[in-house]
Amino acid sequence: MSVITEKADLSLKYAAHYNEVKESLREGSPQIMNDLRGTALQDFIRQGIPTRKVENYKYTNLQPSFTPEYEFIHQRITTEVDLNAIFRCDVPQLDTHLAFVSNGWFYENNRQLSELPEGVLLGSLEKMATEQPGLLAKFATLASTADDPMVALNALYAKDGYFLYVPRNARVEKPIQLINLLQSENDTFVTQRNFIHIEEGAHVKLILCDHTMNLNKYLSNSVTEIFVGQNASLEYYALQNHHNNSASINSVFIHQERDSTANTLYSTLHGGLIRNNLKFILDGENAEANLYGMAFIDRQQHVDNFTQVIHAKPHCQSNQIYKNVLDDESTGAFSGRIHVVRDAQKTNAFQRNNNLLLTDKALMQTKPQLIIDADDVKCSHGATIGQIDEDALFYLRARGIEEKMARLMMMNAFTHEVIQQVKVEPLRDRIDELVDKRLRGEMARCHDCAYNCES
Amino acid sequence: MLSIKDLYVSIDGNEILKGINLEVKPGEIHAIMGPNGSGKSTLANVLAGKEEFEVTQGEVTYMGEDLLEMAPEDRATSGLFLSFQYPVEIPGVPMVNFLKTAVNQHRIARGEKELTAGEFLKLMREKKEMIDMDTQLTNRSVNEGFSGGEKKKNEIFQMALLEPKLAILDETDSGLDIDALKTVAHGVNALKTPNNATIIITHYQRLLDYIIPDHVHVLYKGRMVKSGGRELALELEEKGYDWVKQENALQ
Repeated sequence: MSVITEKADLSLKYAAHYNEVKESLREGSPQIMNDLRGTALQDFIRQGIPTRKVENYKYTNLQPSFTPEYEFIHQRITTEVDLNAIFRCDVPQLDTHLAFVSNGWFYENNRQLSELPEGVLLGSLEKMATEQPGLLAKFATLASTADDPMVALNALYAKDGYFLYVPRNARVEKPIQLINLLQSENDTFVTQRNFIHIEEGAHVKLILCDHTMNLNKYLSNSVTEIFVGQNASLEYYALQNHHNNSASINSVFIHQERDSTANTLYSTLHGGLIRNNLKFILDGENAEANLYGMAFIDRQQHVDNFTQVIHAKPHCQSNQIYKNVLDDESTGAFSGRIHVVRDAQKTNAFQRNNNLLLTDKALMQTKPQLIIDADDVKCSHGATIGQIDEDALFYLRARGIEEKMARLMMMNAFTHEVIQQVKVEPLRDRIDELVDKRLRGEMARCHDCAYNCES
Repeated sequence: MLSIKDLYVSIDGNEILKGINLEVKPGEIHAIMGPNGSGKSTLANVLAGKEEFEVTQGEVTYMGEDLLEMAPEDRATSGLFLSFQYPVEIPGVPMVNFLKTAVNQHRIARGEKELTAGEFLKLMREKKEMIDMDTQLTNRSVNEGFSGGEKKKNEIFQMALLEPKLAILDETDSGLDIDALKTVAHGVNALKTPNNATIIITHYQRLLDYIIPDHVHVLYKGRMVKSGGRELALELEEKGYDWVKQENALQ
């Protein structure tokens, strides 16, 4: 009984804190965000921080990540430090439009944004929603506070994040790279709210890199809504690399119109607890979605990829490949739901999840789920959990390749299929290198930072 | 070069090899023949270092060293090569990477400089011509999607690249049509020198029409029951394995 009360108390703590600080949250926030808070509070209290009894969170226990005393940042802190100067992405030849998000807040002095093609807007959500609310007509139409308590919690506390608008037929050749920095004196609770609108015929590539500046505990809860217009395309690469003392819950919603293409790729190397919610709605004929993911985790890391692909219109195609390598006592989960609605005929939907367990103690849970309400569709799913193929290992060794190197070759081979889906070449080379380092047990880091040296 | 003395091997408690003796000298070609299930492949795998086999008795000396104490990769880099009966497909490991790594591991073991990418590609081209290897195959993953014949040819191609001192060909002829068999045999003959030795493990006499053995041994129920010259293979071809089985039953 006391345990149950405690869990309820934990949720109430986050709700109660809102009541204490709601004035400062509302202050300066755009109307569209403030309008959500009332319902969000009710929805959050009703659902609470999910326990493992909640079906959608069955394999991930969020409670411990919410237990520490975090500091909240409800007002923009103007930093004296020039992030452009202290941070340089050290990926050679990766020429991008670089911008920073610090503790969920879009950094005000990003330098290179003036080089963006005409009409493309990248900036602070808070600012854009205040200045040009017309561009956010669809805000909060995908991320429903009623269905997921983490979305409700996000709407409750959201103040800022990034906003990206790519106008009709615009082609952003250079990828846009967002560095998601966590930097604070204390353990910190971070809320980030993002909004992307890619109009008809426009093309954009987005690279999201995580970067933690110190070893404090962080809990970050982000929600991103993405609208991909007719015949538009999006490539979305997330390099998840926060240290192992951090927890992050990322919910991404993507709405696609006809003839559009959206590719997402999550590369998870570090992070204590990571939950990626990814929901696609294919809402126009001939839309194509490709969802890729790979995670290399060890010690007590936990990664949970939770995907939902809704085929709402006929003649759409979706494809999912998720691969995980789990070492030590790490745990992972993959839940992939494909929902083909009535009349979404000629749907092609595929899903595969392959997992490599390197120890007896690593644990992987995989749950494919197909809901098919149309009758002329092609759908398939497959999941494997296994060890390194000993026959293949022996074959390599019998050619003079030492065991450690042979294992490395096998693990690299395992994830090769996902890595080759990275279409930005210098980024692919970099991910290749990071993965290789990760597998060798070296720290895979992009920059001098407080990686999980201790934790 | 290789000396096997009174070798007993078990797997999961079943005794497969029961006292094998074999002496192989540089320049020699030995053929080990025998019916299915006699232990031929077990012998090949034990020599290459496959771990699931348990050596319960006996010793194997290779180039003056205790072979059984060596890791598979060390056996390989000191010149022992197994052409697999069933080459393994390894999706995601590109052939070129695999071959280059293997060649360079051999060079490192010999104290030689590693080959650069350019040097390696040149070497690969030479050996491809020698074996008549399809250029496209090296653009794939290791053995992935190769036909049975292509896999066997790929084994001989690797042998050509690694230039072993002692090559063990485990059923390299099985599943090959006559043209592929000739190509494989041609490759083996072309790689022959007075300093290296070959052990051919086969069920059929066929391959021995193209690769002439100096010694022929018959393995049956884990024992070497007959040894002789090339004529033994021909006699086996004529009389069949029943001849060996019957003779053995009488003893």
